[in-house]
Amino acid sequence: MRHRLDLRIGPVTFRIGSDWRAPLDALRRLYGTYPAPDPVADFTVRLEAERPWRRFIRPSVAIRGDYILPDAAPSSLTHGLLAAEMGMNLQMALGQRRFLLLHASAAERDGRALLMTGHSGAGKSTLAALLGERGWRFLGDEFALVDLESGALHPFPRAISLKNEALGLFGGVAPERLGPILDGTPKGRIRHLRPNGEAIARMDEIARPALILFPRFGRDLVRDIRPVGAAEAFVRLTQASTNYVALAERGFDALSGLVNGAPARAIDYPDTDTAMALVDELWSAP
Amino acid sequence: MTIALTLVRLLADPAGAGAVADWTSLLAAARAESLLGTLAHRLDGQKLPPKVDAILAAARADAAQARTQALWEAEMARRALAPLGLPAVLLKGTAYAAAGLSPAAGRSIGDLDILVPRAGLPEVERVLLAYGWEWVKDDSYDDLYYRRWMHELPPLIHKERDRMIDVHHTILPLTARRTPDAEALIAARRPLGDGALSILAPADMVIHAAAHLFADGDLAGGLRNLWDIDRLLRDFAAEPDFWQQLRERAERHQMLSPVLRAGRIANDLYGTPVPDGWRVWDSADPLFKARLLARDSWGRATRPALRLGFYVRSHALRMPPLMLARHLWTKARKAS
Amino acid sequence: MAGPRFIADPPEAAKAVALDGLTALYHRPSGLTHILAPPAPQILAALAGKPGDAAEIALRIAAEFELEAEDAEAAIGARLAELEAAGLVRRA
Repeated sequence: MRHRLDLRIGPVTFRIGSDWRAPLDALRRLYGTYPAPDPVADFTVRLEAERPWRRFIRPSVAIRGDYILPDAAPSSLTHGLLAAEMGMNLQMALGQRRFLLLHASAAERDGRALLMTGHSGAGKSTLAALLGERGWRFLGDEFALVDLESGALHPFPRAISLKNEALGLFGGVAPERLGPILDGTPKGRIRHLRPNGEAIARMDEIARPALILFPRFGRDLVRDIRPVGAAEAFVRLTQASTNYVALAERGFDALSGLVNGAPARAIDYPDTDTAMALVDELWSAP
Repeated sequence: MTIALTLVRLLADPAGAGAVADWTSLLAAARAESLLGTLAHRLDGQKLPPKVDAILAAARADAAQARTQALWEAEMARRALAPLGLPAVLLKGTAYAAAGLSPAAGRSIGDLDILVPRAGLPEVERVLLAYGWEWVKDDSYDDLYYRRWMHELPPLIHKERDRMIDVHHTILPLTARRTPDAEALIAARRPLGDGALSILAPADMVIHAAAHLFADGDLAGGLRNLWDIDRLLRDFAAEPDFWQQLRERAERHQMLSPVLRAGRIANDLYGTPVPDGWRVWDSADPLFKARLLARDSWGRATRPALRLGFYVRSHALRMPPLMLARHLWTKARKAS
Repeated sequence: MAGPRFIADPPEAAKAVALDGLTALYHRPSGLTHILAPPAPQILAALAGKPGDAAEIALRIAAEFELEAEDAEAAIGARLAELEAAGLVRRA
């Protein structure tokens, strides 16, 4: 392939090939301060022109790699950064076998980790990113990697993709941490936020899961906390994992260990200040 | 040396692992050829960079779980079919796993494929539906295509477990130019356990693998199918009169040419021991070999014109020309 | 009229973990995970490596598990059908 960039996020290295320079340049600016990638990549992502002439005429980026979604719609070149991100997500979702993969965000304080999982729009990415700006160590916004031997969480602190109104919450961050404004995406306006220096410098430090949250956001919701039993947490987390079944008994051990080792709560919140207060309250509870 | 050839050489001789310079490309090519688990199994115990070791250890565990799940599907099919008392022959990956044959090691296994007598199809369909399987395709054209011309029932999927089962009554479609003798395949089967499930006789298993490699598909993933053939030929070489049986039965099923070609190319690429008389090259062999090796260091399929030629050829083998044209036309219209 | 006889795999075929009143079960032969509520785990234990019908099972688990006498066999019969569909028991 014409252009190549290797990128390491936590324990996973991606080899990203592209028919165009632009998406890789955008990735370099966003991930420039990250530690060196591994010489051996876990996964290959390819951003390809659908047809040779589509490199130039109405450029259209097909997202391919080790693992492919056969009927995936191609992306425009302006959104090449999103295509690269989707490509990496796809490899993780379909091919990750070294860790139990949970679709969850995570943040760490005093060596203990908070995991947040739920439907799109529940705000787990935004909440983890906010915690990262308020003294917590950001561990990840999309994927939580659970160690199959120890049950510890491995950080996967990639750039956080912030959407629409959420962007307004991060006005104070250093401008070089923000990616280009991407309008007209299927999810509206998106901008990427690079995690802060501490999150990047400590991305190889594991953390012990201490609390599992199932957040729910709605402007008309009343602030609420409800306990979630271990069995319910177990089932909801299997639904949030793409590789639980493939991991066989080790996946079972890791997940049952997780829900028996960390309490779970469902929280409802109408705004992020309330969410932050709920997290503080639950975090300091015995 | 191209990455595909590097992969082939490494599978044949795992001790070459020390000389591999570009593991990233090798792993990408292995994944693209559905050979990552096989490679992981072959390299077990070799001195490897720690990252490669971790990736391959995970791949071995993944293959082991795939094997467990495949054998479980066979067991659940056995529970449904046993009361019928008719032969049910496991095919391909699940058969290798159930019989403990060497292609199974590290192999990715897809759907459950079974071969039953044609007359038994209605009963088989009935019990599978009663035990929780349901139809996948509800497109009426494809349903007709499957039932009348292909060699299987339309695909079935289990409601709870979400796994597919393909029920065949022969191993090539009825309209193919070559028509294997399904009754002879079933008659020569080797029972497993209580006999409700069986596998093909050794020679027939090789013939089926060759059918699958050359005549049944467009050779995509051919290196994996060829590896199956290499391992089977090594497993069975010690069977009494194996090579003679293989030749005779291949002739009976009108499959001698693909079987000989499979043997030659396996010998060339994987070093499979074959009888001396087998190693006479046919002028088309280089094209088949090139098609099998058409994979680059980014995991992409290369040589598009060659691949298209093989795709058309594989359908031409399945269907008479007029029917092929009509089928491709209808497919194209539905796709647009 | 106790219905058909079933049997389950021996105890080492599965790993059970208690999760607040329910049982998470990893079934090794299938690679599948099940969440079971009482009396399902008790029924599996009663059939582990030894066949039984609904009446026999009711007797075997009576010591550990409270069952209403009238419904016992019917309730167990219903659980057995579910366990059979899940592959955790089979006809003996």
